Amino acid sequence: MKAWDAIVIGGGHNGLVNACYLQRAGLDVLVVEKNEWVGGAATSRELTPGFLYSNCSYVCSLFRPEIMRDLELPRFGLQVISYEGGAVFTRDGDYLANYRDHHAHRREFARFSRRDAEAYDRYSRDVTRQCRFIQPLLMRTAPDPTSFRPRDLGELLYLGRKFAGLSAEEMALTLRFWTMSISDFLDEYFETDVIKANFALSGIIGTALGPMSPGTAYVLLHHYMGEVDGSVGAWGYARGGMGAVTRALAASFRASGGTIRTGAEVDHVLVRNGKARGVVLAGGEEIPGKLVVSNADVKRTFLKLVEEKELPDIFLRRVRNFKIRGSSGKVNIALDSLPEFPALPKDSPVYRGDMHFTDSMERMERAYDDWKAGRWSADPFLDMVIPTTLDPTMAPPGKHFMSCFVQYAPPKVNGRDWTDADRDGFAESVISQIAEYSPGFRDRIVHMEVRTPRELEAEVGLTEGNIFQGELTFDQLLFNRPVPGYAQYRSPVGGLYMCGSSTHPGGGVMGAPGRNAAVEILRDLAKSTSHMSPAHDVI
Amino acid sequence: MTSSSPTWDAIVIGGGHNGLVAAATLAKSGRKVLLLEAGSDLGGAARTEEFAPGFRVSVLAHVLNRLHPDVVRTLELERHGLTIERGDFAPSVALSKDGALVLHGAYGEVLTGAAPSEQSAWKELRAQLLRYAGILKPFLARRPPDLSGMSMAEMAGLGQTALALKKLGKEDMRDFLRVLLMNVADLLDEQLADDRLKGLLAFDATLGSHLGPRSPTSLLGLYYRLAGEAGGAAGAQVIPRGGMGAVAAAIRAAADKAGVSIRPASAVARIIVEKTRAVGVTLAGGEELRARAIVSAINPATTFLDLVGPSEVDTGFVRKVRNIRMKGDAAKLHLALDRPPQFTGVDAVDHKGRLVIAPSPDHVERAFNPSKYGEFSPEPVMEITLPSLTDASLAPSGACVLSAVVQYAPYALKQGWTAGKPQFLAAIMAQLETHAPGIGSTVRHAELLTPADIEARYRVPGGHWHHGELQADQMLMSRPVAGWAGYDTPIEGLFLAGAGSHPGGGVSGAPGLNAARRIIAMKV
Amino acid sequence: MIPQSAEAAPQGNSRAAAQSHFRTLRPGTPFQPRIDALALKNDWYDWAGYRAPHSLWDEELEYFAIRSQAALFDISPMTKYRIEGPDAEAYLDRVTLRDVTRLKPGRVHYTAWCDDEGFVLDDGTLFRLSPTRFRLCSQERHLPWLLDSAFRFDVTVEEETEAIAGLALQGPTSSAILRDAGFAGVERLKVFDLAAFDHDGASVVISRTGFTGDLGYELFVPAGKALGLWDRLMVAGAPRGIRAIGYTALNRARLEAGLIVANADFTTSEHAIRADRTRMPDEIGLGFMVDPEKGNFNGRRAILEARAGRKLRHVLVGLEIEGNIPAEHAIVYHKKSQEVGLVSAAMWSPMAKRNIAIASLARPYGDTIVDDLWVEIYAMRELQYQKLMKRAKVVPRPFIKLDRRTASPPADF
Repeated sequence: MKAWDAIVIGGGHNGLVNACYLQRAGLDVLVVEKNEWVGGAATSRELTPGFLYSNCSYVCSLFRPEIMRDLELPRFGLQVISYEGGAVFTRDGDYLANYRDHHAHRREFARFSRRDAEAYDRYSRDVTRQCRFIQPLLMRTAPDPTSFRPRDLGELLYLGRKFAGLSAEEMALTLRFWTMSISDFLDEYFETDVIKANFALSGIIGTALGPMSPGTAYVLLHHYMGEVDGSVGAWGYARGGMGAVTRALAASFRASGGTIRTGAEVDHVLVRNGKARGVVLAGGEEIPGKLVVSNADVKRTFLKLVEEKELPDIFLRRVRNFKIRGSSGKVNIALDSLPEFPALPKDSPVYRGDMHFTDSMERMERAYDDWKAGRWSADPFLDMVIPTTLDPTMAPPGKHFMSCFVQYAPPKVNGRDWTDADRDGFAESVISQIAEYSPGFRDRIVHMEVRTPRELEAEVGLTEGNIFQGELTFDQLLFNRPVPGYAQYRSPVGGLYMCGSSTHPGGGVMGAPGRNAAVEILRDLAKSTSHMSPAHDVI
Repeated sequence: MTSSSPTWDAIVIGGGHNGLVAAATLAKSGRKVLLLEAGSDLGGAARTEEFAPGFRVSVLAHVLNRLHPDVVRTLELERHGLTIERGDFAPSVALSKDGALVLHGAYGEVLTGAAPSEQSAWKELRAQLLRYAGILKPFLARRPPDLSGMSMAEMAGLGQTALALKKLGKEDMRDFLRVLLMNVADLLDEQLADDRLKGLLAFDATLGSHLGPRSPTSLLGLYYRLAGEAGGAAGAQVIPRGGMGAVAAAIRAAADKAGVSIRPASAVARIIVEKTRAVGVTLAGGEELRARAIVSAINPATTFLDLVGPSEVDTGFVRKVRNIRMKGDAAKLHLALDRPPQFTGVDAVDHKGRLVIAPSPDHVERAFNPSKYGEFSPEPVMEITLPSLTDASLAPSGACVLSAVVQYAPYALKQGWTAGKPQFLAAIMAQLETHAPGIGSTVRHAELLTPADIEARYRVPGGHWHHGELQADQMLMSRPVAGWAGYDTPIEGLFLAGAGSHPGGGVSGAPGLNAARRIIAMKV
Repeated sequence: MIPQSAEAAPQGNSRAAAQSHFRTLRPGTPFQPRIDALALKNDWYDWAGYRAPHSLWDEELEYFAIRSQAALFDISPMTKYRIEGPDAEAYLDRVTLRDVTRLKPGRVHYTAWCDDEGFVLDDGTLFRLSPTRFRLCSQERHLPWLLDSAFRFDVTVEEETEAIAGLALQGPTSSAILRDAGFAGVERLKVFDLAAFDHDGASVVISRTGFTGDLGYELFVPAGKALGLWDRLMVAGAPRGIRAIGYTALNRARLEAGLIVANADFTTSEHAIRADRTRMPDEIGLGFMVDPEKGNFNGRRAILEARAGRKLRHVLVGLEIEGNIPAEHAIVYHKKSQEVGLVSAAMWSPMAKRNIAIASLARPYGDTIVDDLWVEIYAMRELQYQKLMKRAKVVPRPFIKLDRRTASPPADF
């Protein structure tokens, strides 16, 4: 039987990025995917005729441009469109908009507070400085601080130098930034509730934390350090939905000679003498491979796909302790017409951006309290977009696709599994919130896909439905991600690697984990990485 | 007295324990020191006062567990009447309907009331926590590293820490780095099973801070506690005889011995700044006193915003000072009881310990939730001591004093404390009644100090006993504000020596000692 | 479910009325109808979010209007703050570098303000309208800083950029035009004096200030009275050659006068993404403003420490460069090899007949080492760079000194 040079488990964006790079390095690579389609959490499916959903991830910013270029993704159909703005609706019938134009942005803030309008420059300077500090770390393997190997020492030195290169004020801000809550951080810049809520949402998206939890300021950075064509912090839509990203990756992979097998669920990784030798599919089929790369999260990989006896106790303990609580759900809606929001002028660009209804950090935090108590939020936080306002390919003419990202939704409801009734109740909390601001909204709904953590786990394979494959708290970042001692994409099993968002630098459709894992694999194989662009300069 | 020549080498503002420690340490170095206290009594938040006829109690801090050994040694406090024996160590009791669980000795050297598996899990966790707290411990008596340029001594200090880390061994060091900024609830869930024990630890980690056990970084609170010691044993605690006032009295005796001039009832109205240099103080009565160094052992915000005034410092600095979060969440309850209460399932001897109502981390978290929105906990968590069982002189014969620190009681209560206080007291009493049935009928007098009361009575802004939240972003180099964490200030000749500075609050004396050492090192 | 908020409703209406701004990304100033009519070139740029003309009809001739007649330039987009109260003087003394106690009512001075690190937040002009009332004009916006600085001062700070329109009338005939327009006594204003005059029932504040190094005035008027003021000046000025101009012409005049522009010649501290781009007053030629004797002011400690510790890293200098090719954004070299700085503004000066520039150099270059400096000019000529290495000499600013700027009374042209 043919032994593949590498078998990648899971055709999510990181798995495909990894496979592409390995294939282009001359390896013969097989991707095995349990679903009948590839894409993982970056997928676009037609669940009702004529409508394409971005079923899970729905907007694009973090995906590294170096990867898009290396893998020629534009040639395979990837196009990212910046969106136009956004808004938070307020309870008094008004809204706070975000406009792309700097001065329109200021004038909009000035409607609520002249002070806050003029505070934005300093806020933006400070956040940008932090992003510039972190961005170069995304495409590097985190050093092991307990190691004396020259590479680790070199990386530690790099981190130290970067830090030492900051001014004393910047260093102080960096130290605080990594430990502060986004609520406390914003209090130091702004006075208006809705303006703070407008920024705070980037500190909670995808996390099992509220805006008042320490550590959420860092999460904000995580959402700010992306870019659209060099415009740092900008977000956009992938034309054709987020599936366009993985479709392009799959096409690029195949074009370079790679093989993808869908409908092939891995039962376990074949391990002999402490080395990965391939995978065994659910049906019992054995596929030999010289090395195996798992795009699945660290818990799924090591608690389900690898036998316990192959793993050291301390590693197992740390994997079990890995925090991967899901906190969000998704409601995808096909609409027969564009919903109206009476608060918005009809010609407002806000329709072409992200919309929110949570106009205070307190409401976000209370939504989080529900999650802590094991309930979905009664008054949820929504990140709502209508991509068809900029990308007509996703719905029939005049009709629209709406994506609602929803927080908070716990992995279990009151300690038990989600039921269909729970799912419907969760969906109703979302629909009723939208309908409050958009009369007649319910009548426009053609079809709806509701995804709680249960569906995210069952279909995409995200343990507990955590979209980042592991929480983004300090104990799970950098050299702690996914677990201390194994933060360099390798595992205790020889020839078994990790390339998912469980690894540094974490979640979001970024591709960096997949790429960084490829660097380490090729290093172990003593192969060239000359086909891989280094991180773009931050100047 | 001429205005040009300073009369004193140093004037210390504030006669709390840190002010006393700073004054005594400076005086011992041969300096002529004047200590000014606004109140009629010394000791600040470490005082023993009568709250009902014949009933005396430690007004705020009521458990001694972190007086720094360097302070004890430098000021020879044992010669001044402060002795702590192993036999004085008070146990910690987790109250529960399921029976009490007791940590004996120095923070649970022996655990009783738990399953054998939990006992061994605790033994391991306790050792680990003490090991990790031990890494951080040397920082307590050190000036935080200066980010704009480190001295050789600071580099050496950090080098020692790195060495201590390496000594842990690879895996232990990895765990240390992983859990450092973690939330306490997750760590407890990883290693323990018994909710009572987890609840107690979760309570201890969050006591005195605006955090719940699920808040990231809340584990640091536990480290802070365990970096403290009493009688040479890490984590040990005692209920001081004579109340906390006795501890302050010992420090005062050391100050007297060292030659510190102490003036009570002398509130400072202004710090005199001439040509951007602090040269003296003006008392409320108008009297001017001059010194080469002014040492403020009171709150940093009060110091700069009220005594110095914003015009003498820069806008960015004022911003930072105003951004120090210092809204307290802890209330203090004093009950004068007809007779000692009987807590269900607790041995007679353990009533002399610290009794904690915090049935589980989730319970503590639920108690925390409302405080985020300016509401008090409907089911508050608390630590209770019965100091008159240790020192009978604190209460009339046969009667009993109950002292409790209760959370969460947000300083800025939305409904206002006038309306809220009776409701909160009722909520507390309901909790007490659950664990000590009948206690309500024995209350002769109840005094509840909300953070607002604490602010008014003890000059603690926000009623926050740390004089600033002790959270990761307000620690070390960021305490009290980034750029000025080393006890000196933007105003030449003005120093900070209170709990608002590193390492923070609790009756440790460390800020006072560190500040005095800094002044001596700078040869001011 | 939408939780109801008690305090939400009342403000809503005024806020809602302002929503439509998104339809006008670059609004005009109160003078826009007049400027639009004169903007034959439709050559606009974005000045602080307003539509402002680069040039109206001919940038060369607009420049000469400044130097030989009178030029009318709309300065409304300049950020303006009204600072008023019993503590206004003490407050500004703490915020800004210069000694405000020495700024008498009816006077203006050019000043700057710094953050705690001594880095310049902005420069601008401070108008003392009365003992307790000031106007601060600047390039950038600073409301949070000004409000936070006001903590515990009895002072109010209000942003009045939109409410107050501004005009600069600059050039040799400007004084005579103002007099002819009926502003009697304007000729008595000495340089940096200001006075209030009546205009159409409102007050117009006229100061003898400007950004051209020439005789000139600036006028501030409530926005509602702006057009009338424009017309009044245009009518009165017609016989003396008044012309409206755009920024390109003004920018030339200011360079000849050796004046610097925030975020063109230096980066303001709150906008510096790269921390090494910030500048202390001594590094941009504003060291003369620093008054160490006046008591505490923002940045004092850091500035004095930097002076004492020789930690000043840059210096801003005037350069005179060989030849006549403007050296805009050219790199400055020492001995033709070592990079030592950058030219931020450059032009051939028609008044001085010299090739002038303002440059930022890394000390000690430009400070103690001033010889053997060169600039490398990349002159793009028909899609090809002509690279020129030209000798540059450090010269004092201003590059031109016109007696008429300060003559009192001003000449009656």
